[in-house]
This record gives sequence, C-alpha cells and structure tokens, in this order.
Amino acid sequence: MTAALETAVEQQTVTMAGALNKALADELRADQRVVVYGEDVGTLGGVFRVTDKLAAEFGDARVFDSPLAEAGIVGTAIGMAMHGLRPVVEMQFDAFSYPAFEQVTSHLAKLHNRSRGKITLPVVIRVPYGGGIGGVEHHSDSSEAYWVHTPGLRVVAPATASDAYWLLRQAIGSDDPVIFLEPKRRYWAKEALTEAPAAGFDSALVRRSGSDVTLIGYGAMVGTLLETAEAADVSCEVIDLRTLTPFDDETVAASVRRTGRAVVVHEASGFAGYGAEVVARLTEQCFHHLHAPIGRVTGFDIPYPPPMLEEHHLPSVDRILDAIDRLQFDDTVVVP
Amino acid sequence: MTVVNPDALLPSPHPRQLIDADGRPSGLSDELPAAETLLELYRRMVVGRRFDSQATALTKQGRLAVYPSSRGQEACQIGAVTAMADRDWLFPTYRDSMAMVSRGINPVEVLTLLRGDWHCGYDPYLHRTATQCTPLATNTLHAVGLAHAAKLAGEDTVAVVLIGDGATSEGDTHEALNIAAVWQAPVIFLVQNNGYAISVPLSKQTRAAHLADKGVGYGMPGVLIDGNDAAMVHAAMTEAIERARSGGGPTLIEALTYRIEAHTNADDASRYREADEVTEWLARDPIDRLQKYLLAQGILDQDEIATIAAEGEAKAERLRAAMNADAELDPAEIFAHVYTEPTANLRRQAAQLAAELEES
Repeated sequence: MTAALETAVEQQTVTMAGALNKALADELRADQRVVVYGEDVGTLGGVFRVTDKLAAEFGDARVFDSPLAEAGIVGTAIGMAMHGLRPVVEMQFDAFSYPAFEQVTSHLAKLHNRSRGKITLPVVIRVPYGGGIGGVEHHSDSSEAYWVHTPGLRVVAPATASDAYWLLRQAIGSDDPVIFLEPKRRYWAKEALTEAPAAGFDSALVRRSGSDVTLIGYGAMVGTLLETAEAADVSCEVIDLRTLTPFDDETVAASVRRTGRAVVVHEASGFAGYGAEVVARLTEQCFHHLHAPIGRVTGFDIPYPPPMLEEHHLPSVDRILDAIDRLQFDDTVVVP
Repeated sequence: MTVVNPDALLPSPHPRQLIDADGRPSGLSDELPAAETLLELYRRMVVGRRFDSQATALTKQGRLAVYPSSRGQEACQIGAVTAMADRDWLFPTYRDSMAMVSRGINPVEVLTLLRGDWHCGYDPYLHRTATQCTPLATNTLHAVGLAHAAKLAGEDTVAVVLIGDGATSEGDTHEALNIAAVWQAPVIFLVQNNGYAISVPLSKQTRAAHLADKGVGYGMPGVLIDGNDAAMVHAAMTEAIERARSGGGPTLIEALTYRIEAHTNADDASRYREADEVTEWLARDPIDRLQKYLLAQGILDQDEIATIAAEGEAKAERLRAAMNADAELDPAEIFAHVYTEPTANLRRQAAQLAAELEES
C-alpha cells in the first residue's frame, strides 16, 4: 500500500468511472513509477472515460495510447515492471483480453515464482467486465473464472464507486499482479467517496446484516443482491467479496455459520464457475451449520446472449428470490 | 513523425558476410572486428560448444531431463553476447544456453530449468538476463517493454531478444516488432534462422524470401547476415546496438545458421531431414572457419588452440562434477514464491504437504 493512501479524500459524490479516474490520477501523482496505457486511454481518455484528462495532466510518457495489441500491452507491461515501473494497463472490454491470455497466465502470473521471487511484477490489468449495458457480442463477458484459476494473480472486482477508488489504489500498490474487474454497468452509478478504504485489500465485506440467509456476490451483482434483500421476506445478509483471489474464507464462512443458508450469485456461466468454488469451500467449512444445500444463481451455460435477450440471462432479483425460496425454510416443500 | 525511406530499411539481397566458409575475408575488411575480439569470439565458441556437448551427454546419464542443443549456432549466440554491454539485457530461449554461459551465468544455474529442480536457476538481475523463454516469441514483448522503460528512465540500456525462425510466425513477434518500431524502443531482434522449428522447415513457416525482409513492413531496418560467421554477427549486432543506444530505434537481424543436432535429445531428426543437408552445413562450421582465418592471419597458433580446448575441457569437467551431485530440493518452496507473501490458502496447503512429509 502506498503512503499516499493515508491522504484524506475529500467527501464528494462521484461515479465509479470518476472514482477510478481519481484513483489513477492520485497514484500517478504519488508514485513516479506508475504508467497508464492501453487502447484509446491517452488522447480520448478511454472509451468509458476512465482515463479522461490523465494524458494532459501527466504527459504522454506516463499516460499513452498503445497499438491495438492486447498481448502486446500485457507483454510490454511485464518488461516495464521488470525494469521497475508499475504499469496500469487497460483491456478495452472483457472479451478483448483473450489475446493477452498467454502473457497473463504463462508469464505475468508465473514470473515471480519462476524467478524464485527475484522478479516482482506490480502490474494492474483493468478490465471493464460484465453485461447489462446492451453491448453487442464480445462486449459483455465475465471472464473471472479464467483468472482466478491461475495461481499468482490477484483478482479484484469492486461493487461501489468508493471501493473502486480504494481497491484500485491498493491494487496499484500491490507487488503482485492484479486483474482488476470493473463492473461496467455500474460505471455511472454515483456514490459518496469514503475517506478510507471500507476494508483491507483481501477482505470481503458485509454490506447488509441479516440472520436467515447469506447472499454472496461481487461486482455489479452486489447491487442486485441488496435489492433482493430489500424485497425478500426473510432476513438477508449480503456479502460483497471484493477480492476474488485470495478468497476471504473467514468472513464468508462466519456469516454462513450464523445464517445456515447461502446463495452465491454471479453473471458468469455457472458450470465450473467461481460460485462452484465458493459453494465447495463453504460446504467443507460450514457443513454442520447448513440447513439447506447452498444455492447458486448464475448466468446460463451459454455464450453471452445478444443484447436484446440479455435480461433473460443475467441473474435478476426474482431469480435470486426463487433461489432463496428453495433453501428449505419449510421442510414440507419438496425441492424439485 | 519522421518518414523513413523504405529502401533504406531493406536487407542486402544476399547474406552479409565478413569471413567466408573457408576462412577467407569476404572483402569488407574495414568492418572486421579487431583481432583480440575475433580471438575472444573463437575462444568463447570453443568453450560454448564443449558446454553444449557436455549438456547433451548429461541427458544420456539422466542428469538432465532434456537438452535442446544449439551446436552449429555458436556464432549467433557468442556474436550477440559479445556485442552487448553489461548494462544491456538479454532475453534468451531454452536453446540459448551457450549465450547465457558466455554472458557469465554459472552453467549449473543455466541448466536448472532443464535439470528440473526449478524453472530458473539464476538471478535475472545479476547478469541482466531474463528467464529462459519456453513458450516461444513471448519474450519479444518483455524485451520491448523493458527497453521502453529503460528509455523512459533516460538510460541507454539496450535489450537483445533471441528468437528462432519458428517464433517469427507467432503473433507476439508481430506485436513486438510493431510496438518496438512505434515506440522506437532500443531493442534488437536476433532471429537465429536454423532452418527448422522442431521438424517444420522454413518453407512451411513463411513465403517471405527472407525473414529480414519483414523489418521494412514495421518501419525498422532488416539485416540479413551469415549466421555462421561470428565476425559478421558481432559486427551487425554492434552496429544495431549502437544505433538503438543512440536513439535510433529497433533492428531486426536474421542470421542464417543451422541446428546440427536434433531439436532435443528426445527428437529424431532423421524423420524430417536428410543427412546430406547436415553434411553441407558442417562444411560451413562457425568455429572451423574462424580458426582457419585466425591461423592464416597469425592471430592464433596451435598452442593457443590447445590452451582454449583445455579450458573448454576443464569447464566441462567442472560442470559434469557439479551436475553429478544431486540437486537440493525443498518441497516447501513450491508455495513460497507464488505471491510476494503466501496467502492463507497456500499456507494451509504448505502445512498439509509438510505434515504428509513428516508422516512419510
């Protein structure tokens, strides 16, 4: 964590995109080793304006447009980090990160291990991810399962503007490589920026306390879970995972032991998805506290649908409420 | 942006050469490196080849899991390394062991990857040599990034990345050449065109007449050289490195050479190439030709040849002895470097393995 993290942040209302922009600006100001680059991040300020005005303020040696080459962006970031820089690079959309897959999984995640700790790679890869913005094909993927399955990476997904600000600063301060998943449909949601991080970099957070069921999610789904909790006729505790790897077993298991029931929710397909790991861990750790099998509400096991059909794919409040109903609150209900 | 004249970036139509296969000067004597440099190239090639043959022998004794020989490519690897300054960075592949030994890395540490006790045995910062690249061409981008960072820091450090003909077909090579040119990064791409990517001949990799021809497409000089002529490799690398160091940007060098041995000790080259082809290339041997030249010029004599051979022998003997000792293994280390600090998850798994080892 950089020293600048202690700097008080003025109380103000910002969008998540604005909070990310401020986090980048504050890190660029605090640490000369930080460079920011990617496709359209310079002059344009990014297609989502997350890097707006940064090139003008910090100069094109520190904030710049790269050629259209995702493997090239990540591969060069590795070389820059080997030379002491702290690159923050952008993959313009989730599915456009796939050309960089080899550089991420074979090198970014492994060079520290390969070199017995001699090479550290403090690289942050920002990935606008997920659906709900009416994007055409390749613009709405949730690719977290690929990254969390790769040891050596930290994977982070903020749910709020304030967390986006603090988690991005913590990610840039981390000496491990970080995949920073930005829930793009929350980019324009406004929120007050807190003066300090809501929790540590690796910690999950209880967003709402409840006693009957624990709803677990991250990124854009946290908002959906909070809406669900409002609508539910049982008392829901909502956990925002924030950091997907390393997983905060302690916070999540403590909640599930208390409530005895849980539903894990994500937009990505369910089969071998991140939720499967969460369910497995919780079952191993909380079995005797569980009153029902842990439920999952995820995207279907399909390629992300076209925008006019995406509402059927994305986990909705109703679908999550149905999943809660199946948690055997009434033993006479026969589970299908 | 300065517009460069594409013609100025084109390679020569035929491979440039300073000393021909028979050890005669090729008429560009003003470009020849100094006598002591040529003698040093010879010495390092002899020692490098002896290292290479010793490593192959170690596979037969089960001391190395595998070894990809670079016999025949001595001029490329030694010519490149001798043109570099200590502050420059080398980005080698698994077939560049001779270059790495010549760079000063302990031979045992060079072979750690291939012995199998760890993925890399040396400190990359100590000799400014990156870890050996196994997924080919991926190292090109690391070299470009490092070179660019050095340039941003105001240093005159140059990165040299070694790739083969096969790696030029990979997307990463394309991205690296393009980005290097756009950013004018101080990086040299040395393609050791040894004719084969395992079994696949160059004719199935490219329709280009020469790989060096690709340079102009990226807006960087392409240089075509005889890769078995150590003097030529050294001279071409020196020129490219000086250009990069003084802000002139990247260079693509194609060095024509040949892999005398099979891909590795586990490969059977007779399945894809004729023995006659190997014989032809043996006649263009990089060490023989430089030896003939140096003898004719009176720079080298039989005593010195014997002294250098003895040096190679002594180093091979030391390597043999070191490799015959069992590697020291620490099972706990597989958890130690995954992250800068082990996560709670990894601490639990490390404890599990420790308990299992305790019981066994």
